[in-house]
Amino acid sequence: MGQSPAYPSFFTMIYYDRVSKIYPDNSVALEDVSFSVEPGEFISIVGHSGAGKTTLVKMLLAEEKPTNGAVFFESVNIHEVPLHRINSLRRKIGTVFQDFRLLPNKTAYENIAFAMEAAGRSEDEIRSDVPHVLELVDLQDKINNFPGELSGGEQQRVAIARAIVNQPDVIVADEPTGNLDPVNTFEIVQILKKINDLGTTIILTTHNKGVIDALKKRVITMDRGRVVRDDREGKYIL
Amino acid sequence: MSLVTIKRVIRAGFLDFWRNGFVSLASILVMTVTLFVVGTTIFAGVILTTTLAQLRDKADINVYFTTTASEDQILALKQTVEAQPQVQSVEYVSADDTLAAFRARHQNDQLTLQALDELGTNPLGAVLNIKAKDISQYDAIANFLRQQQDAATGNTNIIDKINYFDASHRAALDKLQTITASSQRLGLIIVIILILTTLAISFNTFRLIIYVSRDEIQVMRLVGAGQLYIRAPFVVEGMLYGLIAGLLTLLLFYPLTYYLGRATADFFGGVNIFNYYLLHFPLFFLIIVGTGVVLGAIASFLAVRRYLRI
Repeated sequence: MGQSPAYPSFFTMIYYDRVSKIYPDNSVALEDVSFSVEPGEFISIVGHSGAGKTTLVKMLLAEEKPTNGAVFFESVNIHEVPLHRINSLRRKIGTVFQDFRLLPNKTAYENIAFAMEAAGRSEDEIRSDVPHVLELVDLQDKINNFPGELSGGEQQRVAIARAIVNQPDVIVADEPTGNLDPVNTFEIVQILKKINDLGTTIILTTHNKGVIDALKKRVITMDRGRVVRDDREGKYIL
Repeated sequence: MSLVTIKRVIRAGFLDFWRNGFVSLASILVMTVTLFVVGTTIFAGVILTTTLAQLRDKADINVYFTTTASEDQILALKQTVEAQPQVQSVEYVSADDTLAAFRARHQNDQLTLQALDELGTNPLGAVLNIKAKDISQYDAIANFLRQQQDAATGNTNIIDKINYFDASHRAALDKLQTITASSQRLGLIIVIILILTTLAISFNTFRLIIYVSRDEIQVMRLVGAGQLYIRAPFVVEGMLYGLIAGLLTLLLFYPLTYYLGRATADFFGGVNIFNYYLLHFPLFFLIIVGTGVVLGAIASFLAVRRYLRI
């Protein structure tokens, strides 16, 4: 089984350095987790609920702070970035969540435009890029619909469009297919694969065996806060 | 902030305002109540001040002169009294005028008039009616007059009586002074409590509005929006609530003061609040709309803060 190096090389994009997370009630979410991610990789993180997958992802987004250890993104220690600067870091990371997290009072177009506005892009760019990414996820005819008027799969595709519109270096997808049926799940995975083929690094957490087995990419298996396997071309083994 | 950002923020504020229709309506109504209290406070203050001023205006002290006092002597005294800093005005009523007033007052009392005619000469002396600038200063003026009286001896003493030293007159003045002072203090306390209460309610309403949006704020953070960029549309929205609530309040005061104007003028004997409202409309506009806009901006700015810590 081809172990991926735990220590960073020159090209390393993301590096978890002996990260632990212990909550105030002494429950351990992560314990001594180390791994690195190279640019262009497609990594799946698998494990049962409560294995620590979401905590791992939240650390990359600076939503959570590690109790011990550090997380580096492009050689920057994420948790040393001050709060008012964190937004520029987050613009390099596209995020997709299980519960979509679209802005309910904004249309599909406006949701994507918001991410571009937040990044300070010009009106011309927004006008040309937003329809383009919506086309990429096959939603060009739902451009003016509010999230409430879209199905789960459609909402998730809007979320993906929003995640990629600023051309981030990495996309983090936390259980993106958790609320979707098999057909939509397949479509979402295909879209993520396409994005990866275009050069964007992808970190996907899931507990869907079918997704992992179809991907044939690197798999990190987690159990009770620890990394128990790290396979170059993995299957879902638990 | 660049011009494009400002444009986006304002557009987002208006859009949120419009799409959160019911929340917007509710906050405008709460805000209107707040501003209504502020406005009512102003009116109450005006009524209280004018009423108290009128009451105070009724207070004076009268100096009665002996019948032998010459007009020159009295006018000389009048001048010294007028020179006192506490004195607002001194009115001289000559002996003849006093008699005429006395006759007028007793025109239906034949017995008194006959007695007066029998006397032949004018038994009444001249009077000085003295008004102080402030009700608390009568004591000083009366003491000054007494010193004048004491300094003069024999024929030169022209003052017969100063009514400030009558127990009943003095008691009335003292009472008037306590009433005006305590009602002013009480008014101030009530105003402060009312305004603090409504401010608390307004702030709480804004916290609720933003609580509803807390998930959205988190999503905005995760998408990479800066703190100011998230905050600013909420501030615009809050200012919009304040502006509309302020205009609504001003509109509400128009029929209300019209309806109550004459009643307050008759009852309190002071100003007609409708006329006062129209005359001071720019001031009311500035205070009420200004309070609304500033309050809305500050309340929403503060309320968003707790959800930005991510």
